[in-house]
Amino acid sequence: MNAVEPKISAPQEKAVGLSITHESAALHVSGAASYIDDLLEMQGTLHAAFGMSTCAHGRILSLNLDAVRMAAGVVSVLTAQDIPGLNDCGPIIHDDPILADGLVQFYGQPIFIVFAESHDAARRAARLAKIEYEALPALLTTAEAVAAESWVLPPVDMHKGDAEAALAAAPLRLKGHARHGGQEHFYLEGQIAYALPRDQDTMHVHSSTQHPTEMQHMVAHMLGWHSHQVSVECRRMGGGFGGKESQSAQIACAAALGVWKTGRPVKLRLDRDDDMTFTGKRHDFDFEWEAGFDQEGRILGLRLQMASRCGFSADLSGPVNDRALCHIDNCYYLDAVAVRSLRCKTHTVSNTAFRGFGGPQGMFAIEYIIDDIARHLGRDPLDVRCLNLYGDSAGDMRVMTPYGAKVEDNVAPAMIEELAASSDYATRRAAIIAFNKTSPVIKRGIALTPLKFGISFNATLYNQAGAVVHVYSDGTVLVSHGGTEMGQGLYTKIQQVVAHELGLSIGTVRLSSTDTSRVPNTSATAASSGADLNGKAAQAAAIKIKQRLTALFAQRHGVPADSVVFADDCVHSGSVRVSFAELVIEAYRARVQLWDSGFYSTPKIHWNKETLQGKPFFYYAYGASCSEVAIDTLTGESKVLRVDILHDVGKSLNPAIDIGQIEGGFIQGMGWLTTEELWFRPEGAQLGRNMTHAPSTYKIPAASDCPPVMNVRLFDNANVEETIHKSKAVGEPPLMLAFSVFFALRDACSAARGSVAPLQAPATAEAILRAIGDMSENTATGRLG
Amino acid sequence: MTQRAIRFWHRGKIVEVSGVSPQRTVLQWLREDQHCTGTKEGCGEGDCGACTVVLGSRDDDAPGGLRLEAVNSCIQLIPTLDGKALFSVEDVKQPNGTLHPVQQAMVECHGSQCGFCTPGFIMSLWAHYENKYEKRDAAPTREQITDTLSGNLCRCTGYRPIIDAAQAAWQKPCVKMSRAPVRTALDELAALPALEYADGNSVNSQTFFAPRSTSELAEIYSARPAARILAGSTDIGLWVTKQLRELGDIIYVGAASDFAQITTNDEWIEIGAGVSLTDAFAALTADEPQWTELAERFASVPIRNAGTLGGNVANGSPIGDSMPALIVLGTQVVLQKGERIREMPLEDLYLGYQKSAMEQGEFVRALRVPCRDPKAMFRTWKISKRRDQDISAVCAAFALTLDVAGTVTTARIAFGGMAATPKRAAAAEAALTGRILSDESICDAMRALASEYQPLADMRASAAYRMQVAQNLLWRLWLDYSSSDVLRVHDVTAEVTA
Ligand SMILES: Cc1cc2nc3c(=O)[nH]c(=O)nc-3n(C[C@H](O)[C@H](O)[C@H](O)COP(=O)(O)OP(=O)(O)OC[C@H]3O[C@@H](n4cnc5c(N)ncnc54)[C@H](O)[C@@H]3O)c2cc1C
Ligand code: FES
Ligand code: FES
Repeated sequence: MNAVEPKISAPQEKAVGLSITHESAALHVSGAASYIDDLLEMQGTLHAAFGMSTCAHGRILSLNLDAVRMAAGVVSVLTAQDIPGLNDCGPIIHDDPILADGLVQFYGQPIFIVFAESHDAARRAARLAKIEYEALPALLTTAEAVAAESWVLPPVDMHKGDAEAALAAAPLRLKGHARHGGQEHFYLEGQIAYALPRDQDTMHVHSSTQHPTEMQHMVAHMLGWHSHQVSVECRRMGGGFGGKESQSAQIACAAALGVWKTGRPVKLRLDRDDDMTFTGKRHDFDFEWEAGFDQEGRILGLRLQMASRCGFSADLSGPVNDRALCHIDNCYYLDAVAVRSLRCKTHTVSNTAFRGFGGPQGMFAIEYIIDDIARHLGRDPLDVRCLNLYGDSAGDMRVMTPYGAKVEDNVAPAMIEELAASSDYATRRAAIIAFNKTSPVIKRGIALTPLKFGISFNATLYNQAGAVVHVYSDGTVLVSHGGTEMGQGLYTKIQQVVAHELGLSIGTVRLSSTDTSRVPNTSATAASSGADLNGKAAQAAAIKIKQRLTALFAQRHGVPADSVVFADDCVHSGSVRVSFAELVIEAYRARVQLWDSGFYSTPKIHWNKETLQGKPFFYYAYGASCSEVAIDTLTGESKVLRVDILHDVGKSLNPAIDIGQIEGGFIQGMGWLTTEELWFRPEGAQLGRNMTHAPSTYKIPAASDCPPVMNVRLFDNANVEETIHKSKAVGEPPLMLAFSVFFALRDACSAARGSVAPLQAPATAEAILRAIGDMSENTATGRLG
Repeated sequence: MTQRAIRFWHRGKIVEVSGVSPQRTVLQWLREDQHCTGTKEGCGEGDCGACTVVLGSRDDDAPGGLRLEAVNSCIQLIPTLDGKALFSVEDVKQPNGTLHPVQQAMVECHGSQCGFCTPGFIMSLWAHYENKYEKRDAAPTREQITDTLSGNLCRCTGYRPIIDAAQAAWQKPCVKMSRAPVRTALDELAALPALEYADGNSVNSQTFFAPRSTSELAEIYSARPAARILAGSTDIGLWVTKQLRELGDIIYVGAASDFAQITTNDEWIEIGAGVSLTDAFAALTADEPQWTELAERFASVPIRNAGTLGGNVANGSPIGDSMPALIVLGTQVVLQKGERIREMPLEDLYLGYQKSAMEQGEFVRALRVPCRDPKAMFRTWKISKRRDQDISAVCAAFALTLDVAGTVTTARIAFGGMAATPKRAAAAEAALTGRILSDESICDAMRALASEYQPLADMRASAAYRMQVAQNLLWRLWLDYSSSDVLRVHDVTAEVTA
């Protein structure tokens, strides 16, 4: 073959590190991106709906489904008795029935499923059941569960040093408590699965899920089948946030059960109210602590109890609480600490993964404690935060975490310094103090909070991933991997990684949907690990192909292999240059393998879940934010006026996508800590019913809640570890940037109250007014005496 | 009337719909019947905006004679489209297939992540662009954008890139739809007889009427007093999608053009019961700027485009936001039954929880809101967890007249969210009337509130909070009167300390 003339083309920029738009952006804006409910339905498709309990805790005395069966359009009605295999969708512990069997454990728990000719018919029929219960005592709150010692999993203790001795010796001590609420994911696309019968007792399930492999296992177990009989596919989700990690299983299983029973395709799309009623949420936590510290606010010893509302089953509560334990330090060095983690069983929906996965909960506690200490000492909370930071990674002082790993990549001090300067913290703090002295109704507050988030699944085994790269003989590339796309831009990043490796323009590389029949045994797309794991796996696959092509090119053109470069859609060495497509067809003719798989497992990590010691995280991602707020002391209404964010994503694979994650995470965290309030009926006939089961009653941030001034920057910092192109994970950590909003609100409330405001999250208007205090002299009603 | 098919403009032509239930929603029709799946369902109750579409209707005052408005397709019933034009996200691309400026800007600003909310945002932005774009580089303000987007939720992006995109779209060369063919088609449809529609299903004998005038409406309603009056469907739509209620015969007011008129004389502004909240608030705010905050915080743009002031008043919810203000202003509600027309003070309409003085077969014809009294001090404030698109915990309204000495000559105070109906605070009014407006008299009025309301506790607020806020709003009134302090967080900016 002849050497081709070098083409005159502008040198192509490398694909990695560019702000390429989301691979589906043009589809999104034109309504052409298909979600599961948009797929063309197969003939004969049935639609399903759940029938749900109207009792928080009770035994089913009678279950009369005659009217349901007789209703127009109904084809089949199934209960727990109809499940051929395991009636369970618990990801770890088998305590999570797909359909309640005899016992209901929360208001809204699915009891039966209707399969009908239309979505509407199924929903109508599902309401016709006559069910009688023998009501049993229901525990709704964490406090009730703690009092009754009701656990889904036994309490766990984590120790470092001798906390009691340190407390006893500390010059100052403070006791306190705090709580924060749960959080509904409110992915815009509700839970959905579409299951299709295939021949030879096999089934294909389109599931809006972060965890196709687990869906595959769950469906197989439920039917008493083997894994190779079930394939699960997901092209994209309309949001996940952790809510489609384990929670998609009940939906996938129910649809699959219908297929098994009727032989027809079944679509199960939850109505929003049903979705919010019986799918799990973020765990709410109650904290109690005692801290010992010195005059400056340096923590010397800490005893902390954290009780989480897990709901009626374990679901992912074990690992969520473990991660909470591993984040009670946040960026702070704790010399002597004793933490007790209570995993409360309540008769409420089973709580689950949600962006941060316990991390935000643990960090909330330490931030609250430090804020308390600072306010107790009359110091600026930022000073006390800085005082308690982990030591410089270069030295060996103050670097040991409570779980026995060293912090070796600490950039929190540098980030805080940079952000304090760029946000003009000190000047604004002074101005706010002055403002509050003269403003009777409006009070302002400011806070700067840092974050450190451990990257890797706590459980070491999940830290693995696979990918398959196909180079077709026309030179185009298709990549499959185990990660799922929920809007976080994973597919775009993988596309960049593979395009970069093979020197191709982005458009040459396509991503296939995620399918258990393409890449098996995948981990959930969770723990922010999607790009870290799957990016490495895809890169590994691409490298194998590249090596073969390199060898062929080197041999054909008589050039050394290490001189061969893949760039600009070409392969070249010196003046020898062949287009990638030409080399590929040549390779095909030479019978060179043009596809390959890649595998990755995170190095260096280990974890002992009995002792809660080890090195669970490959590295940490850091961030810091500074928020300024205003509150109305008459109504409790608040507004975030400005936020400055500095966030560490290592060397960014895609700055635009990373900034999107940072801002989106921040606003979501802000919602969690401000307007998003879950309310379960505390008494009466509908005891335990979640009354905030729709966007009319559950308020996530709207466009006008976005702070008018929002300065977001990436911190210049390559990962010290060998991650994919030295980047860092970005999915979860930014949620915790929102702490600055909460503590700024607390700052404002304290200014209004004239003493430490016991503000709890979510800081709704009502919570803010309560924290200011009824009897405060500064409020109007206070004047009434 | 004779029955006929529903006809409207969709995707470049007039379509005919028959054989579907009159309760079928526009969203169901689009997604399930047409497989037009660009429009999404996120909640089915008008709150998330994923289902946003744009409706076109004949309006000689609008550019090209075509009025364009974003609405929530999930709670609109398909027969209400008769005579209108329906635009969904599939219509926004330019005829040659290139993206519209709002789409292109959304792509370039990274305004979509999961993309599920995106079609709804595109429709809200597209309607806004079509209605407001005049020249390049005159981009809307941030407040105008967040108001435009008040009915669209996004859980992924945090909105900043979407707000940027909304502005960036206006820097691009103008692309506007050609309205003439649509208007021509709608004129053709207007020539058809008024719609009377049934799905032909013998089990369901439900009929949908869309009379073209108030007198026709009155006549049909007299003949079928059990029928359901349907206006903007922003309450009724949820009965259909969430409670799965059968509505029976439906009389839709939206085709009766004389029902949707605003007339003004020296004494009052008369707002026809079919006037949308958008238009009603525009008229009220023009007369009395103190309506502005409530008008902005009442639901969202698409809900205000569809919903009517008459519907808010007729529905009579204790947390309906317009009523406290209308009541303190001394609004008369005009009722009609057959040919009989009567009027009464609005507060007399509400007899108890969901009980009104309207007789069977009687409907709200109009509201007569007294024109602004320059001597009076009017305020209305809504308090809720979230600024936009939320239901009030408490909604307050005050109208005081004071003499030169500062003595309160008349006091009208009403609250929503504090009782089973929107209710006047007689004791608080009495505590102020005849006294100098002062911190003392205000404190007495605050105390009086405690004696006249027993607010309920629910997911929106506790009883204690409601009471405290109601009292504090009286205090805010006092401060508003007596000081120049900034009183609302939404008027605060970061500038002071920046
Ligand atoms: C997302 C969302 C947000 C909302 N936010 C708010 C809010 O912030 N504040 C608020 O107050 N409300 C709010 N609402 C409720 C609703 O929008 C208002 O009550 C609206 O004014 C209802 O008007 P409509 O024309 O849509 O009424 P429809 O839904 O058509 O009808 C409502 C009721 O009034 C009756 N009715 C309508 N017109 C007449 C008439 N002329 N004569 C007799 N009866 C009549 C109907 O039969 C029905 O009983 C919200 C609703 C939604 C879905
Ligand atoms: S689907 Fe949420 S507003 Fe219509
Ligand atoms: S992009 Fe996911 S909800 Fe907006």
